[in-house]
Amino acid sequence: MPEPQTIAALARAIKSRETTAEAVVDRCLRRIAERNGTLNAFITVFENEAREQARDADREIAAGRYLGPLHGVPVSVKDLFDIAGTKTTAASRVRQDHSAERDAPSIAALRDAGAIFVGKTNLHEFALGTTNEDSAYGPARHPLDPSRSPGGSSGGSAASVADAMCFASMGSDTGGSIRIPAAVCGLVGLKPAIGELTTEGVVPLSTTLDHIGPICRTVEDAAIVYDALRGVSRTESRGGAARPAGAPPDPRAIRLAIPRNYFLSLLDPQVASTFESACERLRQAGVMLDDVPIPHAGDVAAIYLHIVLTEAAAYHAKTLERRPEDYTPNVRIRLEMGRYILGEDYARARRGRELIRREVNAALQDVDALLLPALPIPAPKIGVPMVKIGTAEEPVRNVMLRCTQAFNVSGHPAISIPCGATIDGLPVGAQLVGAANDTPGLLRIAAAVERYLGPGTSR
Amino acid sequence: MTVKAWLEMAIHDAERRGLPELKPLLEALAKATSSLRTAEWNADATGEFDSESRIPNPESRNA
Repeated sequence: MPEPQTIAALARAIKSRETTAEAVVDRCLRRIAERNGTLNAFITVFENEAREQARDADREIAAGRYLGPLHGVPVSVKDLFDIAGTKTTAASRVRQDHSAERDAPSIAALRDAGAIFVGKTNLHEFALGTTNEDSAYGPARHPLDPSRSPGGSSGGSAASVADAMCFASMGSDTGGSIRIPAAVCGLVGLKPAIGELTTEGVVPLSTTLDHIGPICRTVEDAAIVYDALRGVSRTESRGGAARPAGAPPDPRAIRLAIPRNYFLSLLDPQVASTFESACERLRQAGVMLDDVPIPHAGDVAAIYLHIVLTEAAAYHAKTLERRPEDYTPNVRIRLEMGRYILGEDYARARRGRELIRREVNAALQDVDALLLPALPIPAPKIGVPMVKIGTAEEPVRNVMLRCTQAFNVSGHPAISIPCGATIDGLPVGAQLVGAANDTPGLLRIAAAVERYLGPGTSR
Repeated sequence: MTVKAWLEMAIHDAERRGLPELKPLLEALAKATSSLRTAEWNADATGEFDSESRIPNPESRNA
């Protein structure tokens, strides 16, 4: 029997007792032991705890107490989330003495659903970066090419799922930190609607922009984890909640809009051609595609910067004064930048945020979702701060945030889905953005178009 | 405070604090701040430019 590759397939195998949680966890732990030295995806591995959890899960299932599709499934957690009795490092020496007293509510929800935590994953220090290069534990690396970044800030999370070290990972997303590494590593990354899932027990970057969500291999898997995070049982989920039960909507009934201005104006040529090929496959399947403007999309980067840096500086001011040497140099200096932003400019950014929220609502008025690339470039080389796109040379960080940060600012749910690869085999991701506060609706559209978006290769 | 005056003060303070490497980042931030301040959607105390109707609002159109 082939090894299950998705949560949905693994759940069927565990429930029917074709395999056991102990066997699956053992396979994941062996993979971590083989590959973590190269990828540096994990900061902490819970080997003994995971094996014990797995044996407990098998006993419960054998006794007829099956909890649902996450029961016995190995999951990793970005080391920004509190897990009781463990250190939450945020990939920083600043938190080397930390110990969490209790699970974050999101972790408790996954635990209640039967998930097994195999370890905590590497990230860009305090989630302030898109490449995972600045970490007290060294950079996480891309499973397909270790000289490249797996994206960030949830880079270790994406690497762990892509390299079969686990079946899903919990990440956080303030400007794209779930969707970017998911796209870079050929995975699905879900940022639910703002405020929908509590960020309590998660080290903040920007309290008004932070979101949490899963990185998985398929939309269905993302929906399974999302259901668990919301505390939705399998029975309830059959009645119109997130999990795309039964046949997905007919693609001929789906309308998508592409916000070309700004978002598609600066793309690596291979990303552009891969994305356009995916659009063509959608058209051939009957999906209706139109263009739509988001008139002030060009203001998003400035709005985002003033909000994220101000809020991050407020959180870090005390440790920046007392223990500056415990930050990595790049993260320290970016946090210091936020301490100079004036209150009046933060207020302007908040007003701009409302404008963007309304413009995204307007763009979604007559369609099911927006469709755009998840990020403009494939996985960047580690240690290369600038990237050339056509004749333009841009900071990697700015380019990587370009297609995602707008939807942290607006708060709309968004998901990145693989849509092909470059000629070198590096994954390219598309992004769907759903109606305000309707993550379940977005997941149903995503499930319907997933098969048409990928696979495909840039030529 | 103008962006120019703010930038001069910020760079001076960063150098005083032993953080000269902040200068290029503050210069980049100043460009972003300038674009924020000159955006057409900013409010204005004269009332001339603070109309909410300048912001498209599909919710109110649907109401």
